[in-house]
Amino acid sequence: MSQPFDEISAQLRRRHRKSARLKWLSMGALGLAGLFLVLFFADMLVKGVPAFQQAQIQVEVDYSERASQLPLAAVQEEVRPLVSRGVLRLIPGRMEDNPELLGTTRMEWVLADGQVDQYLKGHHSKLRDSEQAVVDRLVEQGRAELRFNTTFFTRGDSKMPELAGIASAAMGTLMTLLVTLAVSFPIGVMTAVYLEEFAPDNRVTQLIEININNLAAIPSILFGLLGLAIFINFFGVPRSTPVVGGLTLALMTLPVIIIATRTALRSVPDSIRHAAFGVGCSRWQVVRDHVLPLALPGIMTGSIIGLAQAMGETAPLIIVGMVAFIPDVTSSFTEAATVLPAQIFTWAGEPDRAFIEKTSGGILVLLAVLITLNATAVVMRKKFERRW
Amino acid sequence: MNIQVAERSIAPMTGHSAGEPVTRNEEAHHELSIRVRDLNLWYGASQALKNINIDVYQQNVTALIGPSGCGKSTFLRCLNRMNDLIPGVRIDGLVEMDGRDVNEARMDEVALRRRVGMVFQKPNPFPKSIFENIAYAPRMHDLVSRKADVDELVERALRDAGLWEEVKDKLHQPGTSLSGGQQQRLCIARAIAVQPDVILMDEPTSALDPISTATIEDLMDKLKRQFTIITVTHNMQQAARVADYTAFFHLGEVVEYNDTQTMFSNPATKKAEDYITGRYG
Amino acid sequence: MQTNQILALFCGTLLVLGLIAFFLGRAKAARVRASGTAMYAQPDQYAWFSVLSTAGPAIAVGAVGAFVMLLAGAEIPVLYLLAASLVVGCAGLGMGIALVRPDFHARQAIERVIRFILAGAALISILTTFGILVSIVGEAIRFFQMQSFWDFITGTIWNPGASFLEAAGRAEEGASAAQFGSVPLFAGTFMITLVAMLVAIPVGLLSAIYMAEFAPQRVRTLAKPVLEVLAGIPTVVYGFFAAITVAPIIVDVAGFFGLDASFNNALAPGIVMGIMIIPFISSLSDDVINSVPDSMRQGSLALGMTKGETIRDVVVPAALPGIISASLLAVSRALGETMIVVMAAGMRPNLTANPLEDMTTVTVRIVAALTGDQEFASAETLSAFALGLVLFVVTLSLNLVSVIMIRRFREKYRINNL
Repeated sequence: MSQPFDEISAQLRRRHRKSARLKWLSMGALGLAGLFLVLFFADMLVKGVPAFQQAQIQVEVDYSERASQLPLAAVQEEVRPLVSRGVLRLIPGRMEDNPELLGTTRMEWVLADGQVDQYLKGHHSKLRDSEQAVVDRLVEQGRAELRFNTTFFTRGDSKMPELAGIASAAMGTLMTLLVTLAVSFPIGVMTAVYLEEFAPDNRVTQLIEININNLAAIPSILFGLLGLAIFINFFGVPRSTPVVGGLTLALMTLPVIIIATRTALRSVPDSIRHAAFGVGCSRWQVVRDHVLPLALPGIMTGSIIGLAQAMGETAPLIIVGMVAFIPDVTSSFTEAATVLPAQIFTWAGEPDRAFIEKTSGGILVLLAVLITLNATAVVMRKKFERRW
Repeated sequence: MNIQVAERSIAPMTGHSAGEPVTRNEEAHHELSIRVRDLNLWYGASQALKNINIDVYQQNVTALIGPSGCGKSTFLRCLNRMNDLIPGVRIDGLVEMDGRDVNEARMDEVALRRRVGMVFQKPNPFPKSIFENIAYAPRMHDLVSRKADVDELVERALRDAGLWEEVKDKLHQPGTSLSGGQQQRLCIARAIAVQPDVILMDEPTSALDPISTATIEDLMDKLKRQFTIITVTHNMQQAARVADYTAFFHLGEVVEYNDTQTMFSNPATKKAEDYITGRYG
Repeated sequence: MQTNQILALFCGTLLVLGLIAFFLGRAKAARVRASGTAMYAQPDQYAWFSVLSTAGPAIAVGAVGAFVMLLAGAEIPVLYLLAASLVVGCAGLGMGIALVRPDFHARQAIERVIRFILAGAALISILTTFGILVSIVGEAIRFFQMQSFWDFITGTIWNPGASFLEAAGRAEEGASAAQFGSVPLFAGTFMITLVAMLVAIPVGLLSAIYMAEFAPQRVRTLAKPVLEVLAGIPTVVYGFFAAITVAPIIVDVAGFFGLDASFNNALAPGIVMGIMIIPFISSLSDDVINSVPDSMRQGSLALGMTKGETIRDVVVPAALPGIISASLLAVSRALGETMIVVMAAGMRPNLTANPLEDMTTVTVRIVAALTGDQEFASAETLSAFALGLVLFVVTLSLNLVSVIMIRRFREKYRINNL
């Protein structure tokens, strides 16, 4: 019946090998997932970091009478194709604002055309050979270089890549998220408080619960359809605006906040409630003075995560028209606006290669904000985590 | 230090000191199954077993008794190296089987466990059918491969575990559909299907009702003709009923090890007597 | 007057009324109390009750008025509405103050009002689902009045282009009538979902197995949040990655093997979507595998099984309902994913089994139908809602099945934290 320990080892060795294979395979799978992540970030960095630099050239700007009529005349013919046309267009305006400029000629650093930028970054550009020679000469003279791209952060969208920036999209995102937060946070917390602390355990409550869990798993694009049909067509909320975008995202964020708040409320032990009831608090007083303060860190963490999710969302916003071309920074909740992800989407569709760089740059900014938000949530959770 | 001590040594002792081998010499027809010498075990910094010396004889039931936390389950798990699964465990000393130290580096714990089966406190059938619960391990160990052999082996194991009559018509229902006592017998059948030399039982009846407990005690009595059984129990009557030998553990030490009759009628140590008569525990 | 100004005026007046109510109520309660009469509640509670009885009716009247104007289209002059609601507010104020009496249970009244408000908030979640259903079903019905349902379900040609001309009353200019056969769209969706699952399920499940069974604690605490980063990256970013980085690689690789791949091939969005979905599967599977009772593992190991055999034959089968549930959620996620396919998959409805060809999906066509300049009532626009309806039904069923399975698992092992 009993075998000595060594006789079964041939078969056993095979089984051990199989077991080890599973271990290496599963480790490899995790490594592969990590590798995807690394490759992805590396790719985005390589593509996006150059967007934070932009070529500028030093040219003689001639603020002549003629230039105020024909902006192209402000710079010499040789460098004319190298200067951003958007910059030249602004010259008459500047002359109007500063009459003392008239008749002067100044050496100024101005934004170079997008093609010069691509050429200086070593990418393929559409510059002609003669133009390339001029750029090379300017570089030698120290009159053309890559500088930190402030335009990218201070201007809105533009059809000219050298003038395109994320400012209007960032503002749009901020305003949209404000609406989202203002709507979803109070309603979400109240719903969770009701379900967790007040609601009787009956059919209606169960229905609401199932509903909330399902809402969390509905494809986001369907919320866009809802926003289009209900908010825009039925209630007449203006299209493309932070209000309609914010409301649509609020409905999406609602289940996230509700679920997080319920978890936070549930983690407050019943002994706290019993103690408060014991000193004669009413139910609402128990919740307001004892349970909610203890659950607050969890609620905040969940809300930040929900907000970060809403911030990266694009599909429903496309449906409610938030992919508009917005060159100027939005200032009102009822004006057309765009958001960062939508801006990324728009740029990704531009044929000009320079926009790939802009797109990646925008992505880096978006990712940085999202990572900051999520890291804040994680730190908050760590800091306020309490074991009962 | 005591490894050279003769295998069946030393007369029934009275008032021995801890650290010396505690063995029995009567019934010389019993073959030695497992020899434990100077076994120490630490969980991190705290020592859970101190200088354990025990000889376990084949085809007997050996009961390990003692107050909870005394190390009897820990000791049991040393015998098939289940303690390896717990991080931070350190073991030294000798646990010898077939002339081999089970803790030595060359010893394969899978091969060891195939020969030292185990039944747990709570019945833990796999999420498979009754049939598969039993057929699984023998198949993996290449003990059987032909369909007819598997059927025969399953039937024999279930018969040995006294479960065949109850389940023969529902072999393909999930093992979890059985009652607690039946599940535990299924786990015993699962263990004996691998045809081990030793079966370790860790409080096998503590989660069961009295009737199921009686069934399992009968079963142990029957099974000891084929297998060496080592059982941990918190129930002294059970030890008195089923065990041929009993070891009394206290604070990680073996205070007394003797044949059950002597242990319960005439304990050699005061501690054991107090425990057996219910002064603490 | 502008809506904003009216709103500001309304809020301002209400705030003042509320403050008056608060201080009047508290003063009266304090007076009553000072006179030695025992009261049911604290002065502050009477004060808050007065505020509620002032603001509640005023807001309710304002909201009802606004709603009636929107729904019935009745032209109620805004100023009258404003005045009416403020009058009601004043009346509420008077009543609230009058109710500050020793025998009035202000605390219980507040309690009831708060409970009512909270329940109202909870109803909004129901209304959202209901709203999705009504809006989508409503528009979808309008679509099926124009187009045959049977053609939509079984047709293999999706050519909405001509519907634009029809809507403009120039149907005869379209070369052929618009066709809305959704089969190629669903075929494309399922193809891309299939590719995504082929990436996500093996990688996600094996990662979960490694994290739950093999990894040392340190690796585990690090790996889980790092994997979740994959789920936190916005889909538009994945879409860009798929279109700009992955698709050209696939074209090159296919070319190396002498195959012809489109730049809008189904493989690129599928693979990238799979990467995105890995954490959905790994995270939930990891939780489920961790909650398989340890006694199962020990039982198997004690029989002399290797660790690998224990995982393959005992742990994974025990965790299977949870793993399937996670995979179903992932499928539902992949079916509804929009941005990746909008940016990386094709626009051309294409009924093919070759993932190297370009094909389009349901969500791509929804976006395409709603981002043009068509009239809302055109068949193409409405087709988006018909597609959305199908998407809704499919994902909802998947979610429900998944919830039921995870509940089964939980009941089987009596686990409460999943």
